[in-house]
Amino acid sequence: MKEILSFSILELSEKLKDRSLSSEELTKTYFERIKETDERVHAYLSILQDDAINTAKIADKNFKKNYISSPLQGIPIAVKDLLCMKGTKTTAGSKILENFISPYDATVITKLKDAGSVILGKLNMDEFAMGSSCEHSAFGPTHNPWNLEHVPGGSSGGSAASVAAYSCVASLGSDTGGSIRQPAACCGVVGMKPTYGRVSRYGLIAFASSLDQIGPLTRNVEDCAIILSVISGHDSKDSTSSKKQVPNYLENIDRGIQGMKIGIPDEYFIDGMDPEIKKATNNAIKTMETLGAEIINISLPHTKYALPIYYIIAPAEASSNLSRYDGVRYGMRKESESEYGSLFGMYSSSRDTGFGKEVKRRIMLGTYALSSGYYDAYYTKALKTRTLVCEDFVNAFKKVDLILSATTPTPAFKLGEKLNDPLNMYLSDILTIPCNIAGLPGISIQNGITSSGLPIGLQLIGKPFSEEEILRGAYAFEKETKFYLKSSSL
Amino acid sequence: MEGKSLKYETVIGLEVHAQLKTKSKIFCGSDASFGANPNEHTCTIDLGLPGVLPVLNKKVVESSIKLGLAVGAKISKICRFARKHYFYPDLPKGYQISQYESPICEGGEVSFLTKSNKEITIRLTRIHMEEDAGKLIHDDDSLKNISSLVDFNRAGVPLLEIVSEPELRSPEDAELYARKLRTLVRYLDICDGNMQEGSLRCDANISLRKSGEKSFGSKVEIKNVNSFRSLRKSLEYEEIRQAELLDENQPVIQETRLWDESLDITRNMRTKEYAHDYRYFPDPDLVPLEIDKEWISQIEQTLPELPDTKRERFINNYKLPLYDSEVLTSENALANYFEETVKHFELKDIKLASNWIMGDILRLLNEQKISIEESPITPANLAEMISLITDGTISGKIAKEVFTDMAKSGNNPQTIVQEKGLKQISDLDSLEEIVTKVLNKNTEEVQDYKAGKHKLLGFFVGQVMKETQGKANPKSLQEILKKQLSK
Repeated sequence: MKEILSFSILELSEKLKDRSLSSEELTKTYFERIKETDERVHAYLSILQDDAINTAKIADKNFKKNYISSPLQGIPIAVKDLLCMKGTKTTAGSKILENFISPYDATVITKLKDAGSVILGKLNMDEFAMGSSCEHSAFGPTHNPWNLEHVPGGSSGGSAASVAAYSCVASLGSDTGGSIRQPAACCGVVGMKPTYGRVSRYGLIAFASSLDQIGPLTRNVEDCAIILSVISGHDSKDSTSSKKQVPNYLENIDRGIQGMKIGIPDEYFIDGMDPEIKKATNNAIKTMETLGAEIINISLPHTKYALPIYYIIAPAEASSNLSRYDGVRYGMRKESESEYGSLFGMYSSSRDTGFGKEVKRRIMLGTYALSSGYYDAYYTKALKTRTLVCEDFVNAFKKVDLILSATTPTPAFKLGEKLNDPLNMYLSDILTIPCNIAGLPGISIQNGITSSGLPIGLQLIGKPFSEEEILRGAYAFEKETKFYLKSSSL
Repeated sequence: MEGKSLKYETVIGLEVHAQLKTKSKIFCGSDASFGANPNEHTCTIDLGLPGVLPVLNKKVVESSIKLGLAVGAKISKICRFARKHYFYPDLPKGYQISQYESPICEGGEVSFLTKSNKEITIRLTRIHMEEDAGKLIHDDDSLKNISSLVDFNRAGVPLLEIVSEPELRSPEDAELYARKLRTLVRYLDICDGNMQEGSLRCDANISLRKSGEKSFGSKVEIKNVNSFRSLRKSLEYEEIRQAELLDENQPVIQETRLWDESLDITRNMRTKEYAHDYRYFPDPDLVPLEIDKEWISQIEQTLPELPDTKRERFINNYKLPLYDSEVLTSENALANYFEETVKHFELKDIKLASNWIMGDILRLLNEQKISIEESPITPANLAEMISLITDGTISGKIAKEVFTDMAKSGNNPQTIVQEKGLKQISDLDSLEEIVTKVLNKNTEEVQDYKAGKHKLLGFFVGQVMKETQGKANPKSLQEILKKQLSK
């Protein structure tokens, strides 16, 4: 592997600035790397070579003129295929959008473009972000660069695997119940889900609107802070985006965690947790303590309800959000051969052929939960319980600044292992879901490698809009442990 | 029919959809106006592309608050949008963004006058905001019956749904209620109120119950009503159909029926078993809408004088009869026209102005299918013409001629009177002369008159008018004629 592939955004930015490296060369090197690895990893669904090289050339011209719009200028990045990008195929990992070419840019894409970053391509994912293994992609699974027989996690599996495989510097993913943090943990990279409302969702193909957030996946915490600074902020096109000022997340990242209060929730050491992960998490607690943090045991008593709440709210919203894929205006249309009326026949044939098994399962779950007669028992109750989970966090954050836990209960599992066991698959997100339920920011960072050579993730959760503190904690840990320097042998 | 009205009581509730006249649509920046080429007024958002999000148009909220204040409804401090799900090609997202559990307005009432000048007040259940759907086109020749086309220009155009309590008791009242709502939304300048173009749409729920009974009978919803006439006709039809079923001890099936304009009947569209489960739930893409008191009072200050208040003022200030006041205030523009006309008048002439406006002006607008704002006769010209009548310059009869000319040319009445020489001959000497001439020509008739055939007076008037091309002052003429004939 070429050395320049291993440079961080800050390092690259310096080299591009003093022009010891051109963005064109960098970009071409990444395309070579994609060629070299992606046949095995399958992180990419589409490659945007011509556009990317053009953008790189423009970046180089700007560097020459000493015009620098952001630290991302000229930096090769890739994005989850759930993000609409003008003139490119945007599939959401689904057959139903196999040939959909977006006529517009998502707000985060506009921000990346304005920052001068080079977008290499669109990344694989579980169909409509529903899944924890990337196996539910209609276009074949992504493989974990650490062990190709294992899943990269999901749904942003392509986003995590590409960063881990060094086939992009960093990527964007989306997190509805752990879809950034869980694959980040599985692939040994940094993944952050910002506070709900921190990043505009405009142009992110919706899975569950009240839970979805876009966030970065990177090789280290500084890179994560840089990207987050670029993509965050209020957007008049997204009413749920926050008007809170966006700090420069990099600025105070190295201030340390002396005196920071870190809470350890008992409920997050679940039964059946992998012993190596448990041990690594306990070690992390000790590390934090030696770094000057005060460790406080806390309780989040309603944690056990987070998963069931999630599996009511997320499918309910998804069943509604996915209604627009009806074959009328865009996407797959299949005429009916059934005895139904031709219109409703067309709807059901198109949706039956276009959607995969997991998506259909969730549409059915959600439709059921919203049906008259069941709505109160499921949806209303889930919303009520959701406030209990939120209150748990409010109470905990009266005592602590951050909450620490493992990101996943197990390391990346084998391809096919949980594919026919949806309930078991759903449990992969048990430690990440509460964050989405409460709209809180959370990060997953590297916490070592198991004896079988698979990465372990550590999760830090903060108060709403406390991304700065989370990044500070994560950065201190990363500098101390250097786990982030380990990479797969791919 | 006679017996029916005693035997059963009719119960009607209306759901009126008023399309708001905002510049842009309710959740995106697309042009909301009517009449563009198909799909010209669309964007990524109203077409429901993947990844797009709705952003509420504040003007829609303002319009809703205006109507809410006008009908005395309670304006919610906080309200939400909800998604209403169903599949249809004109509905881009597979759901309509509407309001369900927390509408923007609750309660309120609307009063209207019946033909017999009785005031009836109907309470409102709620008013809520929602987006319109697109339009399917089936009958385009190029389609050769194999497919339909969709025009999404209307998709996302803002609507207010105004739901009444089931307090209307006759088809006639239902029509009057709907007309009054139209008057209101037009006064507030929030909706065109054009039923043919669909900017005002009506769904009616109707049931019958035995007179004196408290509980409701099973109701039928009527859709596809696109004029006030159809509203009344469809309800009248349904009233008879249900009465006949009840007379034969047959059940009235709860269903949705379509009004068939060509046959003047209602037809089954869907029964309750096939009723949609719309799976309403709060739209997570839109934050709860908060409306503070300050905003409401700001809007309150912009409210125009409302029709009922105006009507009372017309009665008190202009001493007009209730009927005149009701007609003149049925439209704000008409009321303005009237007030503009009578600005400089004495009270006694005001009734005359009212008569001309309610009669000739309204007839003219009707014939030319134009609005009062487009009237070729300006209030100033009409006022001048009426002054010419009252000061004796022209007769009422000549005035009709002047009016017709004004309607055609838009000219000033003075000019018309002068150019055409229509000035009334009130000069007694010249009139005497003409009368003498006429009487001398018609000696036979004069004899007959003197012999007691007083009916002939009209004949002489006619002759003089003929001689003067109608310009003789009728009052003076009568006097002179009588004087000369009695000689």
